Amino acid sequence: MIRFVIQRLLQTIPVIWVIITATFFMLRWVPGGPFTAERAVTPEIMRNLEAHYGLDRPLYRQYLDYVGSVLRGDLGPSFKYPTRTVNEIIAEKLPVSVELGLLSLGVALCIGLPLGVLAAVKRNTWIDYVCSSFAMVGICVPTFVMGPLLILAFAIHLGWVNASGWYGPIDRVLPSLVLGSVYAAYVARLTRGGMLEVLSQDFIRTARAKGASETRVILKHALRGGLSPVVSFLGPAIAGIVTGSFVIEKIFQIPGIGREFVNSAFNRDYTLVLGTVLLYAGFLIALNLVVDVVLVWLNPKLKFE
Amino acid sequence: MALLAGCAKTVPTPEAAGQVPAPHRPQVYRFGNGFEPQDLDPQIVQGIPELHLIEALFEGLLTEDPKDLHPTPGLASSWEISPDGLVYTFHLRENLHWSDGSPITTDDFLLSWKRMISPKLASEYAYLIYNFVKGAKDYYDAKITDFSQVGLKAPDDHTLQVTLLSPTPYLLKIIANHYVWHPLPIKTVLKFGALDERSTQWTQAGNLVSSGPFMLKEWTPQKRIVVVRNPYYWDASSVKLDEIDFFPTEDLPAEERMFRDDQLDRTQEIPVDKINSYRKNHPELLHIDPWLGVYFYRCNVTRPPLNDKRVRKALALAIDRESLIRDVTRANERPAYAVSVPDDSGYTPRAQITGTLADARRLLAEAGYPDGKGMPPIELLYNTQSNHREIAEAIQEMWRTKLGVNIDLLNEEWKVYLESQHTHNYQMERAGWIADYEDPHVFLEIWETNNGNNDTLWSNPEYDRLLHEALRAKDDAIRYEIYQKMDAILVDECPVIPIFYYTRAYLMSPKVKGSWPNLLDNHPFKSIYLDD
Repeated sequence: MIRFVIQRLLQTIPVIWVIITATFFMLRWVPGGPFTAERAVTPEIMRNLEAHYGLDRPLYRQYLDYVGSVLRGDLGPSFKYPTRTVNEIIAEKLPVSVELGLLSLGVALCIGLPLGVLAAVKRNTWIDYVCSSFAMVGICVPTFVMGPLLILAFAIHLGWVNASGWYGPIDRVLPSLVLGSVYAAYVARLTRGGMLEVLSQDFIRTARAKGASETRVILKHALRGGLSPVVSFLGPAIAGIVTGSFVIEKIFQIPGIGREFVNSAFNRDYTLVLGTVLLYAGFLIALNLVVDVVLVWLNPKLKFE
Repeated sequence: MALLAGCAKTVPTPEAAGQVPAPHRPQVYRFGNGFEPQDLDPQIVQGIPELHLIEALFEGLLTEDPKDLHPTPGLASSWEISPDGLVYTFHLRENLHWSDGSPITTDDFLLSWKRMISPKLASEYAYLIYNFVKGAKDYYDAKITDFSQVGLKAPDDHTLQVTLLSPTPYLLKIIANHYVWHPLPIKTVLKFGALDERSTQWTQAGNLVSSGPFMLKEWTPQKRIVVVRNPYYWDASSVKLDEIDFFPTEDLPAEERMFRDDQLDRTQEIPVDKINSYRKNHPELLHIDPWLGVYFYRCNVTRPPLNDKRVRKALALAIDRESLIRDVTRANERPAYAVSVPDDSGYTPRAQITGTLADARRLLAEAGYPDGKGMPPIELLYNTQSNHREIAEAIQEMWRTKLGVNIDLLNEEWKVYLESQHTHNYQMERAGWIADYEDPHVFLEIWETNNGNNDTLWSNPEYDRLLHEALRAKDDAIRYEIYQKMDAILVDECPVIPIFYYTRAYLMSPKVKGSWPNLLDNHPFKSIYLDD
């Protein structure tokens, strides 16, 4: 297994390099730069600005310098927020997104797993239909509809929580519910599917024949296999959820990294775009690796190779 | 500390500086501030959210009247202008202090101005000094390195003297309405880097020292910025608020919900689709103020058919601005039949785009396109945003039904659109222009040949000549008469098609007092208080 992990980690080096290179050059190819503004500055001011940020040097030099500084762990200064470095912005905002992401994930699993199991076990009964409809609604209703509706009900009419902001623990409730419910819906559907497949297999019949109780059959024998699709889904989902959700962070005015991910591209904040892309890529690669390891553990038929 | 001890005698204690005893409940003004500010360095920033913060934190030689924004004494108690209009002399108040108690000196002013025109700082607003001040452009272009050759001097410890290249009748308004001329706490700036170093840490909470009614207490990015009363401010006794909390509110619907949830006393804007509902149900909360800005369509006058002024004029005549405002924009905008904004510092353009639909059709026929027949295609560019699309669609329909002219609509993401504009890679595009300071010059200077913001490729030697003549005018009455001629040229040639004058629509709690509608949407925080 260690060999497998090391091999996979080595494979990520060229992947990261391709991502940095492609993003770097695509960004420069897009029309407009960090200092393109409605109010045009005079040519001499523009020259001095570009000189300050090193944008007047040949592109290949800028690229080599950037790669060099990334290797040293320095993601450079932000163009849009000149007093902050990209490292600082990530250090400041990633924890907020991670906190929101983990809470939402908790919500997703606490709601999604039981619903999925229940739906599979009581398949084609009204319980199944209720659980499946919940999942369908959760997937179909977008967060930008559910978020404002919940704010209207719980913040403006009932006054239990703030309409937006990220101050006390109470402010975590609505955003994690909204973000979590979408993932809960997927988790429920995938769990149901996975469980149905496993429940029809021979070893389950054997377990039942040997007299294992229904609870034991489901929780001990079936769930382990039934979770495989959920685990495969969770890898990229966690990478997405902890690097921030643009929509949720916008609706609830949460100071997370998800907004930077989108806004930095609009602002042509070259270094911040590259920083957030690298961050997301890193998470995605790491979590996919974790998923592969967990899947082998869940399914003895798979091997590390 | 040595510094503080050294001037202990002249430093007033907060009480002596006139801090009034706190009222029963602290006055905390919660202000929706739009976007997260880029920085708080008055020589680096350009945006409106930054403007609000700088207004609370810093003060310049002059400040502005909260009702009509005319220049009033700020850090300078008085000033004189030489008879030829070239030398401005400002007299500083006695006993001015930064928020850490250290004195505000003439050096703070001179070094701040020197910093502003340092090429290495690359301030985007540097031209608001080097375009006017003698020797400043040479200093910026590094043709001279000796700052003492620039027309910015301090004859004694309480006097500042500015020598101009030519009379600049609106200079006092720039100094009062804008922040480029504000002094910076040079000792603090130098503590965190060289004088002309961009983006050091001096503007962070704990480091920043201010000269205005408030001082910085907290800056948590994307969360809030808190400023509190500055006891060392020269006019601290007339400041009524104890604290202002600035919230970043870039999402308009979210901002409106915060207001309804009583998390804000004032929003920055209001979503257009909520205006009618507030108008009907809560008119006391809705504020719509005229704003010094114009929304227009810019023509690239080198591309047919818009290279023919008759076509441009016909299109300008066929826009039903009243119904556009009533049904589409909905925020009480004023229809624009000229480029300059009416009632701007006492100036209202007399020339107007007037004529009937028959005139428009006749002009089009004269240009060779009767009923729009045979006209080369026109593409209208706008930046991707739903309100611009709605306006463009309405106007597209007006031109189609009234003139038989079919145009195509094209949208581009903001920076792509700006790039198309600055490289003249468009035929016709939506645009807007908002004034930095109150003077008609703002709306007329940009149409000068090769002005960086002209972008129409339109050029008129007579217009350029008048612009320079206006600056040499003896008084505003003569200057404004010249502007009338310039507005008439714009109306006649229509390089741009004015559509409406902006308004500013926002929500404000009735308990907020001391805030008056004005054309720049500047509401000095010094005069604001809450009446619970």
